Amino acid sequence: MLAYLLRRLLYAIPILIGVNLITFALFFVVNSPDDMARMQLGVKRVTPEAITKWKSERGYDRPLFFNEAGAGTATFTDTIFFAKSARMFAGDFGRAEDGRDIAKEIVTRMGPSLAIALPTFVLGLFVTVAFALLLAFFRATYLDFWGVVLCVAMMSISGLFYIIGGQYLISKIWKLVPISGYGGSLDAWKFLILPVLIGIVSGIGSSTRWYRTIFLEEINKDYVRTARAKGLSELTVLFRHVLRNALIPILTGVVVVIPLLFMGSLLTESFFGIPGLGSYTIDAINAQDFAVVRAMVFIGSALYIVGLILTDISYTLVDPRIRFD
Amino acid sequence: MEFLPVILWSDALIWLLVLAGTALGWLSSRNPPLRAAWRRVGRSRPGMAATTVLLAFILVGLLDSLHYRLRLENKGAESAAPAPAAYAVEVLSLLDLVAGPLRARNEKTYSEPLATRAYAKESMEVRDADGRMQALRDYPRLKFGGIHLGEQEDQRTSDVTKRLLIALVLAVLLSAGTALSAASLLALRRGCSRRQAWCSIWRGDTEFAWNAVLGALLGLLLVLLPIALLCVDYHVFGTDKVGQDVFYQILKSVRTALVIGLVTTLVMLPLSIFLGIVAGYFRGWVDDAIQYLYTTLSSIPGVLLIAAAVLMMQVVIDTHPDWFATAAERADLRLLALCFILGVTSWTGLCRLLRGETLKLRELEYIQAAQAFGVSDLRIIGRHILPNLMHIVIIALVMDFSSLVLAEAVLSYVGIGVDPTMISFGTMINNARMELAREPMVWWSLAAAFFFMLALVLAANLLADAVRDAFDPRMAGPA
Repeated sequence: MLAYLLRRLLYAIPILIGVNLITFALFFVVNSPDDMARMQLGVKRVTPEAITKWKSERGYDRPLFFNEAGAGTATFTDTIFFAKSARMFAGDFGRAEDGRDIAKEIVTRMGPSLAIALPTFVLGLFVTVAFALLLAFFRATYLDFWGVVLCVAMMSISGLFYIIGGQYLISKIWKLVPISGYGGSLDAWKFLILPVLIGIVSGIGSSTRWYRTIFLEEINKDYVRTARAKGLSELTVLFRHVLRNALIPILTGVVVVIPLLFMGSLLTESFFGIPGLGSYTIDAINAQDFAVVRAMVFIGSALYIVGLILTDISYTLVDPRIRFD
Repeated sequence: MEFLPVILWSDALIWLLVLAGTALGWLSSRNPPLRAAWRRVGRSRPGMAATTVLLAFILVGLLDSLHYRLRLENKGAESAAPAPAAYAVEVLSLLDLVAGPLRARNEKTYSEPLATRAYAKESMEVRDADGRMQALRDYPRLKFGGIHLGEQEDQRTSDVTKRLLIALVLAVLLSAGTALSAASLLALRRGCSRRQAWCSIWRGDTEFAWNAVLGALLGLLLVLLPIALLCVDYHVFGTDKVGQDVFYQILKSVRTALVIGLVTTLVMLPLSIFLGIVAGYFRGWVDDAIQYLYTTLSSIPGVLLIAAAVLMMQVVIDTHPDWFATAAERADLRLLALCFILGVTSWTGLCRLLRGETLKLRELEYIQAAQAFGVSDLRIIGRHILPNLMHIVIIALVMDFSSLVLAEAVLSYVGIGVDPTMISFGTMINNARMELAREPMVWWSLAAAFFFMLALVLAANLLADAVRDAFDPRMAGPA
């Protein structure tokens, strides 16, 4: 088990290097730092001096890969690639356009992101699995048919409409909770209810349908027929046999996203004005803050790889047949 | 009226796709298992109803993909030799020609659906009985909405009702006509009476789900005909902030959505088919390299990769303004770049599926036999592997369409979608989002975008389900 994990972790390194190279190519090779400077400074104020100043303030005035002027290791370390990309492995993400340290910003914004994402994830999983079991229990009846129709209709609605509609109905018409904002202390709950609720509702359609197919595949297997033949009630069969066996395919899809919860949801956070990582990313995109976007890409892929490893571990937990030797 | 045909890049690709679709249809008709699968799709009632709706959307999209620029009137040109022809900067499409009045009749600002007066009060100067000017605050009359009523604005309700009734009668007549011709066609083919044919259509025991198509057609006509009759003289879905007709925006959004949903697959397919098959068939280091490539790409969260790529593309476009002759060309290239980026970020899933399936296929006896006979790898891939992967490709194609249309809306909201000047569902929602806070509320733009986007995506999802059920060998049970 430990050896397997180590191997997987080692395998993650070349992937992270690949991600790093891709983002580096996107941000520095496709466009030269000069282009970025012109973009950031605006068209009117562009003088060669301003560009040079902009570049030297951010350390973009170095060569890309090889610094021929440097001595010894400085040939490699005093380059944009080393300073901006390779340093990310050490958790050094540099500074944003407003001069703040990105790493520090990420740590403080992680809390609000998690406060939204974690309840959405846990409650959402609970609700969708419950709905899917309900549909599987009433399979091949009108309830099942119309349930599936409802799911398809719900997954055909853009996530934007769930947010806009929810804000309008619950906050503006019924005035139950504030439309947006975030409170630091215990008051935060009333800001959290609406985004969490909308997050759950918007996910119901596709997940319920997906879990329902998994359950139905499982329900037609021989061991389920045996369980019924023994005289177990349908409910016992569903909960004790089908649910536990269907967990494996459900876990594959679900565990991968757990680490990504840190990243928050771009849409939810920006609509509700929650100071998390999602809104941080959106602000960075709108302000064309390349350093922040680069950092988020790197963190996102690192978390995704963690998710893949977690998925493998969770397999061993739910399925005793799978062992890593 | 002279004009200069303009072929935007996306137009060329759209028509290429139409061609490719026709070719795919022709190939499928020659391949018995694929033909059988398409027959199963044809039997599925939700699938065929969805296809009918989708065809309406596609028709609008195709009309909007034939562009031209009008020739400008050369006014002071009597003297010299004929000047070189000058063409308008504005790129129009055939749809703009058909929906010309919708495009041209812009109000000043917001107006409600079917309104004859504007949404907000304005100060106006009115000449009173004595001939003096008096300032007055009232809702001004719209420039175009319901102008045919003249002074009798109170007759609007009866006018609208009259048009609705005409539309209803027309819709019923048209669908009855289609039903009759379908029945006669079936009667001719089966050699039975028209009455029997109609009965079997009604009961739904035909090879092709005629009853679903006819039902969907009736529904479609019931929605579209009233809109068509009303939009001649009213703004059916109101006007937006700059006074543009919302229904016209909806029509234009359809093409954007279709381009995003379809052209992206054009980018994605060659990549994933080629790399997937090569990885699965040759294995070894090729497989390792391709696996590394797609694991790396798929480990970057999609939105972020798209954001990074789009940001970079913006820099390129902004630093090269000389590449584009018209604004439409710039917006078009940006749309294509978005498709390209979406394609590059989304080919990994299909590639993984195809690799796995190829790994399975290459161990089968008939391929082993072909290899033993010394058939070349290229021929084995082309004749034995590729046809057996077609069902996966077709399923992936239809499944991706709806998610891409939804993704466009989100990306445009985030600011990394289509060009802000390009009309799309995403930009419409983005513009309409703040209007809910106005007093009185401006709801029509958002509601119209919601309704039509739901119709498009729902139809695509239903068709995708039907296609998946028909093509997935696991689903093909004894039925």
